[in-house]
Amino acid sequence: MVPQKINWFKYSSPATFYFLAGKMIPWFAGAAVAFFAWGLYLGFFAAPTDAQQGEAYRIIFLHVPAAWMSMFIYVVMAGWAGLGLVLNTRLSSMMASALAPTGAMFTFLALWSGALWGKPTWGAYWVWDARLTSELILLFLYIGFMSLQATIEDPRRADRAGAVLALVGVVNVPIIYFSVRWWNTLHQGASVSLTQAPAMAAVMLQGMLVMALACWMYSIAVVLARVRCIILERERHSAWVAEFLEGERQ
Amino acid sequence: MKPRHKRLLLVGVGLAGVAVAAVLVLNAFRSNLVFFFTPTQVAAKEAPAGTTFRVGGMVEKGSVERMEDGFTVRFRVTDTAKTIPVVYKGILPDLFREGKGVVAQGKLSADGVFMADQVLAKHDENYMPPEAAHAVEQAQKAQETVIRK
Repeated sequence: MVPQKINWFKYSSPATFYFLAGKMIPWFAGAAVAFFAWGLYLGFFAAPTDAQQGEAYRIIFLHVPAAWMSMFIYVVMAGWAGLGLVLNTRLSSMMASALAPTGAMFTFLALWSGALWGKPTWGAYWVWDARLTSELILLFLYIGFMSLQATIEDPRRADRAGAVLALVGVVNVPIIYFSVRWWNTLHQGASVSLTQAPAMAAVMLQGMLVMALACWMYSIAVVLARVRCIILERERHSAWVAEFLEGERQ
Repeated sequence: MKPRHKRLLLVGVGLAGVAVAAVLVLNAFRSNLVFFFTPTQVAAKEAPAGTTFRVGGMVEKGSVERMEDGFTVRFRVTDTAKTIPVVYKGILPDLFREGKGVVAQGKLSADGVFMADQVLAKHDENYMPPEAAHAVEQAQKAQETVIRK
């Protein structure tokens, strides 16, 4: 049997991907709703009160998934941007642009929920320790990426400039992740890591992971919807968009 | 070499360069990125004298004393090797407990007492229901008695 070679470049055509994305969005959106419902149930009803922090710890179910997403989306964004830079594929750069606002939102959410958690537990909304500061820099990197792309008129040049910024900024991600190990910080160490057994009760962990999955599904659905808008906008002079819009109008 | 490969190489070299630069910068800033000093570092005079800095460690068990005026608190911060006495006027965070983590910001007075103007609780990364925490405590106590015997 000859292994069938998948032609990946077929999917890198914006015209093909536009319709593929349209078919995928409802599935991911549905999964997001289901996982959010399950995760919030676990977080608010199934998970027990924490011995030290009481009920205040429950913000972890939002805070940790948001912080994970903020870092992960940045890496994915930089990956797409780098791919666009190297292969000159239009869709890759469009994906990078579509990911930025969602990543920025999760970064903001992680910082904001962290502040609300910090006040009752640490006694301060904000401290300039390595973890909090590097996460704030991540927010600035997202905002910088979006502003840079918005200021450059020509989309191809905007993509290249944004890609360079995104790739340079990627060094910040391991700094955020390892900051609590490399330096003395007020922020506690990781409760969940690949190398150690998780330092939390099973139900709490389960709630957090389900919420993380929900955030994944939400991000995929929203980014696909956004990339569809970007595709239409950038390809507006092409024949397939004209044809498609003509068909929509009838 | 195709232009595509050239660009890949360029991106790769660029990323490696940025990573090396980041490592060098972070190493140079190492001491400045420290959020707090440990009592051992303070004892070794590594903390800046005369200016505000932070001391972090555990609140020594049995060291917390509340003064008559109702809002002055004295306690000792320990890293199990050295301890440092702290005086603080104000409201303590809810998670401030004996035997738990704490970070105090203030100045070191001439007689070696740390005059704090802000006290933050540093909690750990363990989350468990109260029953589990109780079980862990019991197990620790049991172990201690075995060791003493």
